[in-house]
Amino acid sequence: MRTLIVLALSALTSSLALAGVKIDHWIAPTGAKVYFIETRVLPILDVQIDFAAGGVFAPAGKSGVAGLTQGLLEAGAGDMDEEKIAGRLVDIGARLSGGADSDRASIRVRTLSNKTEREAALELLRAVASAPTFPQSVLEREKGRSIAAIREAETRPDAIAAKRFAAAIYPGHPYGDSPSVDSVTAITREDLVAFHRQHYGAKGAIVSIIGDVSRAEAEAIAMHLTEALPAGGAALVPPAVKLPQRETIKLPHPAVQSHIHIGLPAIRRSDADYFPLLVGNYTLGGGGFVSRLMKEVREKRGYAYSVYSYFSPRKLEGPFEIGLQTKRDQVGDALKVVDEVLTDYIAKGPTAKELAAAKKNMVDGQALRMDSNAKLLGYLSAIGFYDLPLSYLDDFPARVNAVTAAQVKAAFARHVKAENLVTVVVAAD
Amino acid sequence: MKSLLAACTVLFVAVLPAPTFANPYEMQLANGLRVIVKEDNRAPTAVHMVWYRAGSMDEKDGTSGVAHVLEHLMFKGTKNLKSGEFNKLVAEAGGRDNAFTSRDFTAYFQIVPKAALPEMMKLEADRMTNLKLDAKEFAAEIKVVMEERRLRTDDNPHGLVYEALNSAMFQAHPYRRPIIGWMDDLENMSWQDARDWYRKWYAPNNAYVVVAGDVDHREIFRLAKKYYGPAKAHALPERKPQNEPEQKGIRRVSVKAPAKLPYLAMAWKAPRLEDVNKDRDPYALNVLASVLDGHDASRFSKNLVRGTRVAQSAGAGYDGTLRGEASFIVDGQPAEGKTIVELEAALRAEIKRIQDEGVSTEELTRVKTQSIAAQIYKRDSLMAQAMEIGGTEAAGQSWRDIDTLLEKLKSVTAEEVQAVAKKYFTDDTLTIAVLDPQALEPGQPKKPSGAVRH
Repeated sequence: MRTLIVLALSALTSSLALAGVKIDHWIAPTGAKVYFIETRVLPILDVQIDFAAGGVFAPAGKSGVAGLTQGLLEAGAGDMDEEKIAGRLVDIGARLSGGADSDRASIRVRTLSNKTEREAALELLRAVASAPTFPQSVLEREKGRSIAAIREAETRPDAIAAKRFAAAIYPGHPYGDSPSVDSVTAITREDLVAFHRQHYGAKGAIVSIIGDVSRAEAEAIAMHLTEALPAGGAALVPPAVKLPQRETIKLPHPAVQSHIHIGLPAIRRSDADYFPLLVGNYTLGGGGFVSRLMKEVREKRGYAYSVYSYFSPRKLEGPFEIGLQTKRDQVGDALKVVDEVLTDYIAKGPTAKELAAAKKNMVDGQALRMDSNAKLLGYLSAIGFYDLPLSYLDDFPARVNAVTAAQVKAAFARHVKAENLVTVVVAAD
Repeated sequence: MKSLLAACTVLFVAVLPAPTFANPYEMQLANGLRVIVKEDNRAPTAVHMVWYRAGSMDEKDGTSGVAHVLEHLMFKGTKNLKSGEFNKLVAEAGGRDNAFTSRDFTAYFQIVPKAALPEMMKLEADRMTNLKLDAKEFAAEIKVVMEERRLRTDDNPHGLVYEALNSAMFQAHPYRRPIIGWMDDLENMSWQDARDWYRKWYAPNNAYVVVAGDVDHREIFRLAKKYYGPAKAHALPERKPQNEPEQKGIRRVSVKAPAKLPYLAMAWKAPRLEDVNKDRDPYALNVLASVLDGHDASRFSKNLVRGTRVAQSAGAGYDGTLRGEASFIVDGQPAEGKTIVELEAALRAEIKRIQDEGVSTEELTRVKTQSIAAQIYKRDSLMAQAMEIGGTEAAGQSWRDIDTLLEKLKSVTAEEVQAVAKKYFTDDTLTIAVLDPQALEPGQPKKPSGAVRH
């Protein structure tokens, strides 16, 4: 019996093959946008719901409300308290996870696709998304834990640097806010209830489903998960991002190593320069060991263990950042090298050879980024949340290959201007 | 509850490969290199790993960290490749690569589109025997490793505590040395130290290859013969047991570092898994760790973080599948307003309760359900499957034991869990390391008092 079944499995063709991942999309009667991939090889199901409920929507002085709202979904729902929810999940072997970033809040479940486990897991997902109770006592505890974590982070050079960098490149904008002891202290249960009611509505929710269910089952799942969500308020538009003035900020810390961030607000996910910047950054500092920053800062000079650059596109202008850590007495030398690499790259762009290598890695390596249900779930939710075309994965190789060196150079000139670059050094002499 | 588990069990027996089934496949070359292939054709990708059975535990005092330094140097040139070419070729093939060093082993991997697999095998086989080391490459790379140590340990209070814990709990056994090496040893290391390490331990008879992905094992075996076959086996250095003498009395160490929350780590000596079929205690200790901290409803989260709120965080861990000495570690941070003394008492009380009252059937069932589900979820990741095979082999077991390990875990009884709680958790074999948090201000060695801008 065992042998027969396993043989049958190995006879299956590659159902996650590169070309031809079939994404179904529809709007549920509740108004939620649904994205679905049917794949039956493994007896598992992953479902994620995304809401425009990130930190950018926190009321003034209440930074941390998005994270607490998301984090406390599991603290009680319907007639279940947190112990009951945790116990039920464990009993069926399901995993509930999620988080809130600047733009969105996500909640997802991974479960066995067997009917009993699947239905129990989806029932829990529905309850925590739709009917969280935000018990006062749990809120007090979690506020206390958040505050303790914030105070702890204020002693860590990496955390100090990241927080100061965000504040410096987004002056006066919620993208620059981080939860503080004061802002978390000020958050009340009413804030969580209101935030959930406003931002967790079905209209605008993205439901991503991948795994061992049929289209008909997926339709029923999406409906069931979103029919009890709150009505939701009108979509809010965050304020426009203003570019910062060039500056260097040095903060003291006794660490033996300085933490350095260099960057600025750079790109929206919807920007036409997305592909030129994505491809261009590979050569600068996104391509790991083969990037220019890695070669110059680490390989040649041994200045750092980790050095990188990335663009993190958001609904509004997400950051471009270069990061590294280096022994504190060589900060000046390391910064000089980084500056030379960046300035040269902005002025000249990639060589023909570098551009070809970047494209080859990104196109040939696309299979690696799509070879599991978990990775594909991430694409489904991103396609939904950022309104990308359903053909995004199929189009990816052509879009990458179409990028020219002139486009990279022009895109960097538009989005990474020297006069707006902020440098933060923690543990500076 | 019972019906759910029954449903799970039926489901998994049907889907998991039985121990007797041929996938994975294994063969051995004449030079001693073993090749293990797990076929998984869900996506057109593959993971290729080479594991060397040489880790920091095989080092000598004075050259701690050399296993890891050599790992870094393996990305430099060979007789056939210029420095940096290795990464470049992997990247051009659309792949990702990296390596990691543990106390027990050093492993290298590439994740690639399947078409690139032969080239990856060729590259790994090349650096198994043809690595070129020199003073110049070493001089730059040792600086990188020192930066890595600063990042991971010197500026990381919990890293410092963990280092202090190991060096206090082990006095003879080589696990007392940090994998990354003492800074002084790194500063005094020479390129010849790295070369000697390479010559001693990098041999086909001290390595195995793990491939997982959309491959035909016969083709991989053929390629392995072609690329790895010419590598010459050689005698390996003698490995002395270096067993730790019996600990007779509690040990306490503390570390001062900039932080706000204190941190506590308690480690008890515990047995390692020696005989997959006959041993019982290691499985019971695994279950115990899971009852304490295996999932959202486990005792530490429920009782200490959510219940009495004495802890900001609390964890428990036991790994019996290793080459050296095993330990059972419990750690945590006290909640704000609570002390490290209160946290230690609370952690001890949780263990005492299991010593006195045992664990419930429901708790056992939950541990089993979790491990069964984890086995299924693992199949969504090629890397996780390759790591499971490689890690089991590194500890001296076989991939053939993987299903047995799960079956044994499921067979653990409540009485066995209570018995190991009583047997191994005595103060005489306990080592405690604490972080003594230092406020930032007085510790400022350098000038600027506020933000300086220019």
